[in-house]
Amino acid sequence: MQPAGRRDVVDLALQGGAVRAREAVSRSQALARLRLGDVAFRHLTRAAAVMVLLILSGVILSLVIGSLPAIREFGLGFLFSERWNPVTEKFGAMAPIYGTIVTSLIAMLIAVPIGLMIAMFLTELCPQWLRRPIGTAIELLAGIPSIIYGIWGLFVFAPFLQETLQPFLITVFGEIPVLSSLFAGPPYGIGTLTAGLILAIMVLPFITSISRDVFDAVPPVLKEAAYGLGCTTWEVVRFVVLPYTRVGVIGGIMLGLGRALGETMAVTFVIGNAHRISASVLAPGTTISATIANEFTEAVGDLYTSSLILLGLILFVITFFVLAAARYMLSRINKRIG
Amino acid sequence: MANLYAARRRKNTATMVLSLAATAFGLGWLVLILGVLLWEGFSGLSLAVFTEMTPPPGSTGGLLNAIMGSLVLTGLAVLIGTPIGILAGTYMAEYGRHDRLTSVVRFINDILLSAPSIVIGLFIYEVMVYPMGHFSGWAGSVALAVIVIPVVVRTTEDMLTLVPDTLREAAASIGLPRSLMIIRIAYRAAKAGMVTGVLLAVARISGETAPLLFTALNNQFWSSNMNAPVASLPVVIFQFALSPYKDWQALAWTGALIITMAVLALSITARALTTTRKQS
Repeated sequence: MQPAGRRDVVDLALQGGAVRAREAVSRSQALARLRLGDVAFRHLTRAAAVMVLLILSGVILSLVIGSLPAIREFGLGFLFSERWNPVTEKFGAMAPIYGTIVTSLIAMLIAVPIGLMIAMFLTELCPQWLRRPIGTAIELLAGIPSIIYGIWGLFVFAPFLQETLQPFLITVFGEIPVLSSLFAGPPYGIGTLTAGLILAIMVLPFITSISRDVFDAVPPVLKEAAYGLGCTTWEVVRFVVLPYTRVGVIGGIMLGLGRALGETMAVTFVIGNAHRISASVLAPGTTISATIANEFTEAVGDLYTSSLILLGLILFVITFFVLAAARYMLSRINKRIG
Repeated sequence: MANLYAARRRKNTATMVLSLAATAFGLGWLVLILGVLLWEGFSGLSLAVFTEMTPPPGSTGGLLNAIMGSLVLTGLAVLIGTPIGILAGTYMAEYGRHDRLTSVVRFINDILLSAPSIVIGLFIYEVMVYPMGHFSGWAGSVALAVIVIPVVVRTTEDMLTLVPDTLREAAASIGLPRSLMIIRIAYRAAKAGMVTGVLLAVARISGETAPLLFTALNNQFWSSNMNAPVASLPVVIFQFALSPYKDWQALAWTGALIITMAVLALSITARALTTTRKQS
């Protein structure tokens, strides 16, 4: 008995002979169609890639065009003026820029050491079976939308700070000359410090997960050599892991900084939106993104809108350079490890 | 000598305890935030939340129009953003793996990935809302799509790069055109990872508020007209939480709970997809 498959082949061959004359044309047509599809697909993907570039240039271009009236009106003085008066239409970016930098600075001062500590715990100390769950939990913290941090900050965190940390800071530092002005004024609950602390919680997972990844990439033989010399765990981290991963860790920190600078919703809830620069971190302030979020839909008049767009442009330029530096450093460490 | 050893050991113990404390501190926030959210959110959760419109101050109501608005905005954003992201990622991994365009696009894409979302909102305001003369659901979806694209580009490129070249060579050797090789072979091999990318993008945009504030704006009522302002959960939460009304604040908490649960479910699904892929 003949196997079924074999007969099919024969049948196909016979059929092929019968339609060969017709097929010559249709085959070249089919090939042409395939070639056309191939070229079209290639160009389609290329166009999509170029589109990513167009989006970025579109962002920059539209912000520049939108902010032209404000640039023409205020010039460079916009950066150095603290005035923000919608009624007389006098605008200056000093207070929001100051607020953005101070809140991000507070966030980084707290999140960087803690983030590095957690990364060290996860790579050196934590038992193997616990690493994944803890790592996942920390990354879930990064996935929580910023508006959740905002509502939590406003209803839970700010009242808590108002009753505990802030009175404590005021009484402890009240007598010390320089620090007393830093922690002066009544405990409002909301304010620059609260915004900075919320930002710290938000950027902590970014710094942790990137530091953990670069720590993990240190060749084990380097660490084993150090342990073999009798180094303690801390000494291995301090003298082997950190020097080896320095560029990557700084890249991770810059990435976190980029997030902190541009973060909008969480800050908008708790900063108090006051356009003034005060020495005390307990006082309400504002940041670039909070100003835009709070005022943009209510802005009347071209100059007001345009000033807010100019603020957006300033924010974008700052974060662009911070993020570009971060990516450059992270690509350097990847090249070294890879 | 013994002193030195003891000092080193003490220092080591101290740092290790600190690192343990830091981890507990970091995880503590997660517990605290989720705890409060569950507590406040569940106390306001009822059927009315899913069946009634957002109320005027002082009366009861639900979040139906905001939930629907969020679903529609997110769905459209994914429909607009995913094809562009996948195609761009395909170019970077399949056609121009080593060319200059790819490295430039990769760099720019990484910057877009973490660019402040409020700036994206301003951009869409300038190119869509201002010329059209009114806020609209379309503008909101496009703003969210701009956030989707970089996420999808990144994961698509990464996942396609992981597909072994032998698969591509085998496809080429039986005469498969390159475009069909990509669609039938490479996409299929990288499917789990690419789906993960889309899920992560959905998780990312479902809580985004800043880009919607001045694109989709808000709407107190049911609206299926994408040419008009559309309500969305994050914006409603923003408005209700900052209001002085207790009813509104309670609804804001419930909305926050819904969003967080959705986002966490999406990220956990995405994570599960990638782990099964790694094990197989």
